Amino acid sequence: MKLSFGPVQYYWSREDLMGFYDQVADMPVDIVYLGETVCAKRRLFRFDDWMDTARKLREAGKEVILSTMALLEAESELKSLRRICNNGEFLVEANDMAAVQLLSAAGLPFVAGPTVNIYNAATLQVLADAGLKRWVPAVELGRDTLAAIAPGAPEGVETELFAWGRMPLAMSARCYTARAYDLPKDDCQYRCLDHADGLTLRTREGEPFLAINGIQTQSALTCNLLAEVDAIKALGVDVLRISPQAHHTGRIAQAFADVLQGQNKEKLPDMERLMPVGGCDGYWQEQAGMRYSQK
Amino acid sequence: MQLVCPAGNLPSLKAAIDEGADVVYLGFKDDTNARNFAGLNFSDRTLDQGLDYVRSRGREVYVALNTYPRPQGWKRWRAAVDRAADMQMNALIAADMGVLDYAANRHPDLPLHLSVQGSATNYEALEFYKERFGIRRAVLPRVLSMSQVKHVAENAGVEIEVFGFGSLCVMVEGRCLLSSYAAGQSPNTHGCCSPAGEVRYEETATGMETRLGGVLVDKVGKGENAGYPTVCKGRYDALDKTYYAMEEPTSLNTLDLLPELLAAGVVAIKIEGRQRSPAYVRQVAQVWRQAIDSCLKDPQGFQPRSEWMQQLGAVSEGQQTTLGAYHRTWQ
Repeated sequence: MKLSFGPVQYYWSREDLMGFYDQVADMPVDIVYLGETVCAKRRLFRFDDWMDTARKLREAGKEVILSTMALLEAESELKSLRRICNNGEFLVEANDMAAVQLLSAAGLPFVAGPTVNIYNAATLQVLADAGLKRWVPAVELGRDTLAAIAPGAPEGVETELFAWGRMPLAMSARCYTARAYDLPKDDCQYRCLDHADGLTLRTREGEPFLAINGIQTQSALTCNLLAEVDAIKALGVDVLRISPQAHHTGRIAQAFADVLQGQNKEKLPDMERLMPVGGCDGYWQEQAGMRYSQK
Repeated sequence: MQLVCPAGNLPSLKAAIDEGADVVYLGFKDDTNARNFAGLNFSDRTLDQGLDYVRSRGREVYVALNTYPRPQGWKRWRAAVDRAADMQMNALIAADMGVLDYAANRHPDLPLHLSVQGSATNYEALEFYKERFGIRRAVLPRVLSMSQVKHVAENAGVEIEVFGFGSLCVMVEGRCLLSSYAAGQSPNTHGCCSPAGEVRYEETATGMETRLGGVLVDKVGKGENAGYPTVCKGRYDALDKTYYAMEEPTSLNTLDLLPELLAAGVVAIKIEGRQRSPAYVRQVAQVWRQAIDSCLKDPQGFQPRSEWMQQLGAVSEGQQTTLGAYHRTWQ
């Protein structure tokens, strides 16, 4: 199995983003997804910046894929999407059906990200006919479902599983980060910059439950499938996705790489310490997503 | 402009038709539709009665098959498509590409609508469904502003239907996993948001707690109304405050926008609420019938009557309504 870094889901400063990707060149991942997938107002990094980063990482030997926005409402967002789809150099990850349409109409192959709804092999076949090369299952799909899809899946389409990170659970027209600060969306003052791993929402009993990331709602708990690598491999999954976080992303990638190379799990770092607030793997276990078999 | 009303059961269907609905939409009695709750939806026998009632009055029936089948359920969804075609439903409302593909190939005469659960918020996405499956209409998610709805309607090659009234999904429909994160079942996989078996109401010394999958979603003081615990309408803690982090318990009501929706070329207004009572359906259908007729007669002079707004307010979640995403300031 290969390892990938998914797109950074948060709004990081320009320096932080550049610093992170400078280091990625030396991290043990094969594939890197680049681009803003959550909010069109996050423009510290522009199209040309992403392209420059993509070329640098390609030179460092990484397979680079440009990711696109998951919720497209305005014409300006479609315009940016067209520009990414027409980049001429890199494969594109579609996170909305608009990107699927643009890429398939242009005869370009594509990756379908976790917010393109694929729940069965018949859908995979429709998308394979449209140019699908790799798919990332919706994070709510568990091992039994993936095992049931595999036999009917079209030849040559790879599967990439979301294996580490706060999971994208929902999107809205409303910006919840702005709402948390009593600011209107149109004057959000870019408060997402203050929450490099999202803003944790706790229940009134103090349990970490969700994380707010602009218009996106994530799990507060970090999906952790490190202990499941063998089972995942047995399902024929091709790529494991790690969602970058503010700290420790390199150590997390190293841990996955070590496990893939058969290293004794007792020599791994304590993964719980590398999460913002705690872990979960319920979806994989075919349970409520927030459950954790390692508790 | 059509009025499309929910029918969770036979009495609701009759109420909607009696009050002037042009179309009722309904689901089969299983997880192939997004309102899969005990006591709701139609068995073969009630469906025959319902179809007779609707057709003898010259109205139409759409069937919602708008969940996402996993391989384990694929045959059941396929059979449901066949059943809808056999019954000559006026349209099949579907979301899953596999289901749409099967329906388009197997039953080319069955009109297809893209469900709101299809999660298409822009005309490029709609183009895919039109080219591949020949969909005739799409129901738009409740995340677009009025000007965005207009833009989609202008540029889409299919008819546009929008939600006019009912429970407000604040997340883009079809891609919301909050329910399965807390309780293992989502609208996409099981056809329900907040499955009843995972809901708990617990009376405590200080008030009523509502839980989903054990998670404390809200707590109200004595005498306050405890709503059904949906994750997006809960109160949580962040930044040293406790607040409705996403949305308050409230319903969508777009009566004010009716002339604009008509001018935008929206062909149908959908009322949410297959899980609601026949009395709700009757009340809402009655008001919206009058409003649409009044708007069609004189779009420029249209004003929602105050009694309409009161009547709709009375059947709303939290007894309050909002324009939701249609109104930019809500966002």
